[in-house]
Amino acid sequence: MGYTLNRQQADALLAALSKDYTVYAPKRFLNQGRYSATDVIRYAEVERFEDIVWQTKSDYPAKEVLTPIQQALFYFTEDEYRESKGPKKPILILARPCDINAQHIQAKIYAGNGGYTDLYYERVREMVKFAMMECCGGDDTCFCVSMGTNKTSDYSLAFKFSDDGVQVQVTDNAFASYFGDLPQTDYTPSFVEENELKVTVPDLSDKEVRKALKSHPMWQEFNSRCISCGACTVACSTCTCFTTRDVIYGDNPEVGERRRVTSSCQIAGFDQMAGQREFRSTAADRMRYKVLHKFHDYKARFGDSHMCVGCGRCTHRCPELISISATVNKVSAAVNEIKAGLAQK
Amino acid sequence: MMNPVQPKPCTILDVHKESAHEWTFRVETDMKVDHGQFMQLSIPKIGECPISVSAQGDGWLEFTIRNVGKVTNVIFEKTAGDTMFLRGPYGKGWPVDQFKGKHVVIITGGTGLAPVRSMLNLFASQPDMVKSVHLISGFKNEDGIVFHKELEAWKERFSTIYALDNDTKDGWRTGMVTAFVKEIPWDSFGGDYAVVVVGPPPMMKFTGLELLKNGVDVEKIWMSFERKMSCAVGKCGHCRIDETYVCLDGPVFPYTIARDLVD
Repeated sequence: MGYTLNRQQADALLAALSKDYTVYAPKRFLNQGRYSATDVIRYAEVERFEDIVWQTKSDYPAKEVLTPIQQALFYFTEDEYRESKGPKKPILILARPCDINAQHIQAKIYAGNGGYTDLYYERVREMVKFAMMECCGGDDTCFCVSMGTNKTSDYSLAFKFSDDGVQVQVTDNAFASYFGDLPQTDYTPSFVEENELKVTVPDLSDKEVRKALKSHPMWQEFNSRCISCGACTVACSTCTCFTTRDVIYGDNPEVGERRRVTSSCQIAGFDQMAGQREFRSTAADRMRYKVLHKFHDYKARFGDSHMCVGCGRCTHRCPELISISATVNKVSAAVNEIKAGLAQK
Repeated sequence: MMNPVQPKPCTILDVHKESAHEWTFRVETDMKVDHGQFMQLSIPKIGECPISVSAQGDGWLEFTIRNVGKVTNVIFEKTAGDTMFLRGPYGKGWPVDQFKGKHVVIITGGTGLAPVRSMLNLFASQPDMVKSVHLISGFKNEDGIVFHKELEAWKERFSTIYALDNDTKDGWRTGMVTAFVKEIPWDSFGGDYAVVVVGPPPMMKFTGLELLKNGVDVEKIWMSFERKMSCAVGKCGHCRIDETYVCLDGPVFPYTIARDLVD
């Protein structure tokens, strides 16, 4: 089923959907960017068609709907823990294919790893349906085609936005009723088939190669470039790491909550235990750890895909202009050099 | 839906001061734990930390803790009758079934003795379970010695070498545990042995190398790791090393895996 809606009809659709779903989409927040007089585009509840930012990629990923920067796990009063409550209303997330694919990656960790299902992820995930936003091409940091994440079939609705309105494909019958008697039109979403940027992920299946790569001098560059701020992992569509923090409510020290707060392997102290030294004490160590997780370790554990959807947000947000695609290409060069060296032995 | 990070309240039955900085807390619980597994100790308003189970009995578990962090400092303020929250047990413990009928060599550094204490007590109470137990236990100095009574009792049951790194003590040796590896009668084992190593990371690294230097079979060595954790169920990412999660795949690892893990 396909429909073509003008702006007014699109607003009416959004209003009708909002009755049954909490609808999240990329939204522009004026003057809230990191530099003066710049905006930030991030996921938030939308109520009007014009709130939806479809023209450019959001600065922050759709994962924030499922795994917010911080959330309460338990509330405690004196010696009692009470579990926080999950959403009651179903959720509809408008997301590009990269962000939808990212959820399949996050789910492997949250809902599968070690046989434990994370309650806080799962109780939101089972309420979520996706409305895919047809991607109008991304930008010069995108490389979804290289990562195989440019396409998805995991959506209930597909939208192609324009200034005049939106074309819609309905793939989930649960949504058919929202379109009433509107005349059907042909719309099948298309996917980005080529990015300006191309990345070749090196083959790291050889243990000796990996071992040599870990101590390769290429990582030293990041000691002078990376400031270990963690902006890349916060912007990442797939990063899952968090720390739990207990917070006491100001005026009553007996009452408070246990929170889950987004954490980053790029920040000093991520691996530090009480009374002990850090294992990864330099920016180079931490960058190596992150890059190998994204482009080897995750896939080695879970099999299907790498832990990167090529959304380019980490490159976009890095205040030191470190490009993940350039970094992967440097890894490829280092791997070729290592393999040539091993072949000579 | 089950919440794997829900802590349960437990009553502290006893607090025993092993040393100035290491105390053993006995906690009332029916939870059953494999030797070498760990639990998350939880204090509302402060936080959680992973601690290995240092002994277990009917209706209780023990944890031997050093007060070095936010959570452990608060635990040290607790006394018998107070409440402590627990969740777990988590991780893979010692492969005790694989040790049965073998000569078992256990090498520990400092409080690294805690994660093997319950297994040592098992071997002490059921001497037919293994052919022999050789224990090398090292501590930095006399103040750092824990489990005094058991160390004495194990002398009767096992072949023991106790050592202080630099200090001297009657009946004790002086030197790092690595120095005594060569004194284990490896040749008399006929290849039928298993080796357990626990201690600070440098101690485990050099003990591993020393074992290999003494011709010990790399496939017969086991180590237990300690890493920062928030969740202990493979979600928070703090303990991940390469494709391995210490909370899920460890804390006990065969040396063939442990030696290749690069943080």
